[in-house]
Amino acid sequence: MEGLISLAVKAIFVENLALSFFLGMCTFIAVSKKISTALGLGISVMLVQAITVPTNNLLLTYLLKPGALAWAGFPDVDLTFLGLISYIGVIAAMVQILEMILDKYFPPLYNALGIFLPLITVNCAILGGSLFMVERDYNFAEATTYGLSSGFGWALAITAMAGVREKLKYSDIPDGLQGLGITFITAGLMAMAFMSFSGVKL
Amino acid sequence: MSQTKKEMLVDPLVDNNPITLQVLGICSALAVTSSLQVSIVMAMAVIFVTSFSSFFISCLRNQIPSSIRIIVQMVIIASLVILVDQILKAYAFQISKTLSVFVGLIITNCIVMGRAEAFAMKNPPVASFIDGMGNGMGYGLILLLVGFFRELFGAGSLFGVTILQTVNNGGWYVPNGMLLLPPSAFFIIGLIIWAFRTWKPSQVEEREYKIQQVEAH
Repeated sequence: MEGLISLAVKAIFVENLALSFFLGMCTFIAVSKKISTALGLGISVMLVQAITVPTNNLLLTYLLKPGALAWAGFPDVDLTFLGLISYIGVIAAMVQILEMILDKYFPPLYNALGIFLPLITVNCAILGGSLFMVERDYNFAEATTYGLSSGFGWALAITAMAGVREKLKYSDIPDGLQGLGITFITAGLMAMAFMSFSGVKL
Repeated sequence: MSQTKKEMLVDPLVDNNPITLQVLGICSALAVTSSLQVSIVMAMAVIFVTSFSSFFISCLRNQIPSSIRIIVQMVIIASLVILVDQILKAYAFQISKTLSVFVGLIITNCIVMGRAEAFAMKNPPVASFIDGMGNGMGYGLILLLVGFFRELFGAGSLFGVTILQTVNNGGWYVPNGMLLLPPSAFFIIGLIIWAFRTWKPSQVEEREYKIQQVEAH
């Protein structure tokens, strides 16, 4: 249990997907102009991340790993080279299913998140989360914790960024830095702030 | 036609750079720019994937039903990325270890998808190939610039060869350790954007709010 808590804290603050691995940067920069939209996107990413990372973990353990197909009578088959294509398939399918479920049972939420859901398929943070899970060899419990907390960390980062940018538009910025330039520099400063968590041990 | 093809190749380098102007593909690759060698491998991988994915998607553009086009594009891109990943693992294992998950993340690199959607779905294969290559190169250019500054000033070397003798090795240069950490990539890109826009003022974005002088009371 302690291990899981420290994993979660690490995924949220120290190894924040957006600010220390640059994942999901396109959306991070493009959709962080207003706090409300940033929050909506953040929540959808968290939701999708929390579902796809454990699903991909199951897929890896029972289908792709060397020897994983032993239950089907193929103990020598190693399908890990199909990893990338299966993870992205799972992500695309999950996003589609989530969209349908939300549309059917939670229409208000669907209307709020609607535009962002399809975008999430190509959000690097989601695929990145799954790939980190594979690389670090997480078990199912760790994968679930990691998915949830890394998604939360991403949501936190984009919401904070939107807060900064809402204030930033009133400031006097040199012409060449206007818009994109200053956004990058702000993100850099935020990343430095997040790095100060790196000494935290639980 | 040859003139326009050359333009298509050169245009995305500065005038219409995918990173500094279209805000595409910043996602994955910036974490790997801490040394020049790794940046070059990453840039080549992206150029390969964008040009060939644009080519194949353009070949199939009349056969792909529009309702499932995203999935079809994804499959084509993912297959090319798997190819790159396997080649790197076989012939450049050390670099492939350094790049870790970021090779896989080329799949979700917005440049690849963006060019497939915006250009390859409407244009013939050869033009799409060149367009993909141009955009991959525009992306690679930024990657190399960032990698150059980070390795030169962060570690005092280029391609692992010492250029500025660092203090630890008895030289004079005190390396700037921050350049080896992730935040520096943001700063360098911010500054590159500033430089590009000072050079080409037409790229400057409109201000949302005008700052006005208020007379002193």
